[in-house]
Amino acid sequence: MKFTVERDILTDAVSWTARSLSPRPPVPVLSGLLITAEDGLVSIASFDYETSAQLEIEADIETPGKILVSGRLLNDIVRSLPAAPVTVETEGSKVIVTCRNSRFDLATMPVEEYPALPELPESAGTVDGTAFAHAVAQVTVAASKDDTLPILTAVKLEIEGDRITFLATDRYRLALKELTWSPADPSISTSLLVKSRTLTEVAKSLAGGGDLELRLPKETSTSDLVGFSSGGRRTTSVLVDGEYPKIRALFPESSPIHAVVATGPLVEAVNRVKLVAERNTAVRMVFTDGQVALDAGTGNDASANESLDAALEGDEITVAFNPSYLGEGLNVIDAPYVRFSFTTAPKPALMTAQQEPDAPEQDDYRYLVMPVRLTH
Amino acid sequence: MEERNSAGGPPPAAQDPSWDAVILHVDMDAFFLSVELLERPDLRGRPALVAHRGGRSVVLSASYEARRSGVRSAMPLAHALALCPGVAVVEPRHEGYTAASRQVMDILGSFTPVMEQLSIDEAFLDVSGARRRLGPPARIGALIRERVRERTGLPCTVGAATTKSVAKIASTRAKPDGLGVVPGAQTRAFLDPLPVSALWGVGPVLQRRLVEAGLETVGDIAAQSPRRMQRWLGSNGPVLVDLARGIDHRAVVPEREAKSLGVERTFDVDVTDRDELHRILVALSHECAFRLRRSGVRAGAISVKLKAPDLTVRNRSRSLAVPVDSAGPLAEAAEELLAELLAARRHPARLVGLRAERLSGAGVAVQDALPWEDEGAEADWSEADRVADDIRRKFPSAALRPATLVDGGPAPRRPRLR
Repeated sequence: MKFTVERDILTDAVSWTARSLSPRPPVPVLSGLLITAEDGLVSIASFDYETSAQLEIEADIETPGKILVSGRLLNDIVRSLPAAPVTVETEGSKVIVTCRNSRFDLATMPVEEYPALPELPESAGTVDGTAFAHAVAQVTVAASKDDTLPILTAVKLEIEGDRITFLATDRYRLALKELTWSPADPSISTSLLVKSRTLTEVAKSLAGGGDLELRLPKETSTSDLVGFSSGGRRTTSVLVDGEYPKIRALFPESSPIHAVVATGPLVEAVNRVKLVAERNTAVRMVFTDGQVALDAGTGNDASANESLDAALEGDEITVAFNPSYLGEGLNVIDAPYVRFSFTTAPKPALMTAQQEPDAPEQDDYRYLVMPVRLTH
Repeated sequence: MEERNSAGGPPPAAQDPSWDAVILHVDMDAFFLSVELLERPDLRGRPALVAHRGGRSVVLSASYEARRSGVRSAMPLAHALALCPGVAVVEPRHEGYTAASRQVMDILGSFTPVMEQLSIDEAFLDVSGARRRLGPPARIGALIRERVRERTGLPCTVGAATTKSVAKIASTRAKPDGLGVVPGAQTRAFLDPLPVSALWGVGPVLQRRLVEAGLETVGDIAAQSPRRMQRWLGSNGPVLVDLARGIDHRAVVPEREAKSLGVERTFDVDVTDRDELHRILVALSHECAFRLRRSGVRAGAISVKLKAPDLTVRNRSRSLAVPVDSAGPLAEAAEELLAELLAARRHPARLVGLRAERLSGAGVAVQDALPWEDEGAEADWSEADRVADDIRRKFPSAALRPATLVDGGPAPRRPRLR
């Protein structure tokens, strides 16, 4: 095998595929990148039994062939090369990487031992990459980060026609996001569980520009893979198996109390006030007519308070939140105003986005958070 | 400035007969009920009691008026209602008791740091070091009663003596709302005429045996030879004679602020049965959670300790998503840790231990989970735990255990391993 390609193109390609390599590969060959050169295209692939990533780049191919080489090492090498064409060539059991006056000899691994790459499921439709990435960021914030209940590290995607609903919870808060897309079959109705980490990775590495293709196994197939592709790059991931808890019922049916606050100033105020909220303590929000007063800390140690304008409808209410849960929710609200909806103080509080103080609420994104109970 | 004796001897107040009665036993009177009376003054002077309303509830605390009708703590509620038909029944509010207890203990702590809290409403103090500042123990006892009443509105009884055992008997005899002082020189005279049941460790069964043997008063026991009593009652015999003679070497031991809290069990026979180990973990979790709640703290992490027959010890720990003080989540995490330890190396268990770590004050903020429909059990846990605690801390020996731990109870449901 022998091919030549510009350093920038190779660096992009290698670093993209190498990022899905497992840091602790289950078998040694899976620490490698599988590089195939044929028909004017070089394909680079990585796989860890759970996730696969594959892309193709154009290159000058002198001799077609296939090699397996340490991904981490190759990535380090190409990143450090000067900006010039790079030649990759096999020589016996070695692979030689040359660029201007630099030459690296790398060991290869036996290609025959590399497992077959999973087949990419068929496209089920396309979604705007930027909107997808935004939705993923808004929802994964609520997914569980620890493995106590493994199913909660997944995000649930419910697909009904041209609408995808993302759901995630870590038991203490819950995020729901609705997004429209262009399904190949307008009557599609399905749901799947995808690891939150996988979605974040896809949002980062695939949703950068243009449309993103969502690839789902056929109803009839036994495949348990979900695929994403965009501009020649594609990735597959094993779906999470199990029964996701029925969490939509957690949203209150009606909320008699509403408060609208400017998001930016509130984020800043929370960030200031929480400085004195030690681990396990809360930021308290006291909503009264026309304002919300934030406080945290205790009289004995440090304490802080700050007031902001707020438009309150309904009874005055005092609610305390875990400062991270509150802050993370506010960070992804992504609108000039945030609307809090309460039933009563110990019940879950709903946060939604709003463009103007008196505009109708937007309900395509909903962040539900359980308040903190203050004891004495 | 205090007057000091130039010879360095005790100050003149040392002439006070109570000078050597430095061990104080402070016991709140009908504590739960007294706390309730602060909010329900209409019940003052009436027979009243605190109990959960419900099928098989027991009396947690009864007013002295109710006690006149024969109502006693720990009595089934139904029985109490039969004895005292018009009695007012007040639902317990554990937050109120915890807060009042903390307030009382703070007051006691301001008299001396040498304080040992026995339960939510009882503590021993050693006031040796406070005498120069505050005067003889009898006066300190009176001051404590005055200060507690003034700051909390609650009555308490103080017993003062030279030992823990006698101080506790003194407070029991002085109840309610009293002060009992037994100086060292009067200890035997005070103890001798008391019935044997006044002594620590003498319950109804032992009392009957002693009375049948002709030992009716504490003085009768004090007159026995310790060796003879040992032959008769085993190692408890000489202890009983000592207590009857007013001898008790136990010191007042202040509890240190714990960094972690551990419970463990060593087995006579190494345990192999996986369900049995699960059952033990659940029991340890309950014990650990109870102690967490009693100390008013929550665990941010938990570790499991496992000793193999060859005496090698392995530990495994994990942090908890939110700090907890209830047994359910502790047991859940402990079970997983044990499974991981056994997966790494399987062997019979000689010892299993559970340690709550990264303790934090519970009096701040509690992050509950969202009210899951299919997980309602979780929220109920803590309430169930607290009801059990109310009973347990009033009656430390009462057997209140989860069903898994009752002989003949439901078979343990061990989470399947992933």
